[in-house]
Amino acid sequence: MMVIAIIACAVALIMALVRTALGPTAFDRVLAVNAIGTIVILGIALHGFIMERPEFVDISLLYAILNFIGTFAVLKIFSTGSLGDAGTKRPGDK
Amino acid sequence: MDLLVTTASYLSIGLGVVALLIGSLGLVRLPDVYARIHAVGMIDTAGASLIILGMVIHAGFSLVSAKLILIGVFMFFTSPIATHALARAAHMMGVVPVGRNLDKPARKTAKKAAKTSVKPPVQRKAKPKSAAAKRRPS
Repeated sequence: MMVIAIIACAVALIMALVRTALGPTAFDRVLAVNAIGTIVILGIALHGFIMERPEFVDISLLYAILNFIGTFAVLKIFSTGSLGDAGTKRPGDK
Repeated sequence: MDLLVTTASYLSIGLGVVALLIGSLGLVRLPDVYARIHAVGMIDTAGASLIILGMVIHAGFSLVSAKLILIGVFMFFTSPIATHALARAAHMMGVVPVGRNLDKPARKTAKKAAKTSVKPPVQRKAKPKSAAAKRRPS
């Protein structure tokens, strides 16, 4: 069943890659990359279970944190144009 | 007991796989950013939670299952935050949802006109539609 799950992870990864390639706006691509991160987390944990080496769960936890931070970094670059400003200029301001 | 644990684990992973495939299919098929967020929400909550739950049941009571529960709790809290920030950023940058091609003030006036009079303003619709189509990023 774990093998079936990891094959399904591969199929879902390919579908998310298709959306990353064709997404019309940049937000589609960010969304698809976020989904790819989630699927990779599941795939690493499942791979650890299949190979009887559950230490891979640590790497999976690290990827979960990196996925969250990375999504926010890319969104902040899209919204404000930089990563380092103090947040005085909001994207909705005129 | 062993059979019960195995059955529960396989059932949970199977349901998670179904949710994962449905969510990724929706990510490809749905027409809009705001609609695709729903599909990714399905992957992030239902798929990931059920597969992690299946692995926790399979691992039993150990440090590995504690780490898996930690991953599950972290993703349960962070993925809605990430998708919310993404939807907000898309809205701020002017991505228009499919089916709502009117501009915001024009939509308000159209709603008001529809509230006061039964007849919808047909000739007023043409101008904001073109403006919104111009604004929509290709």
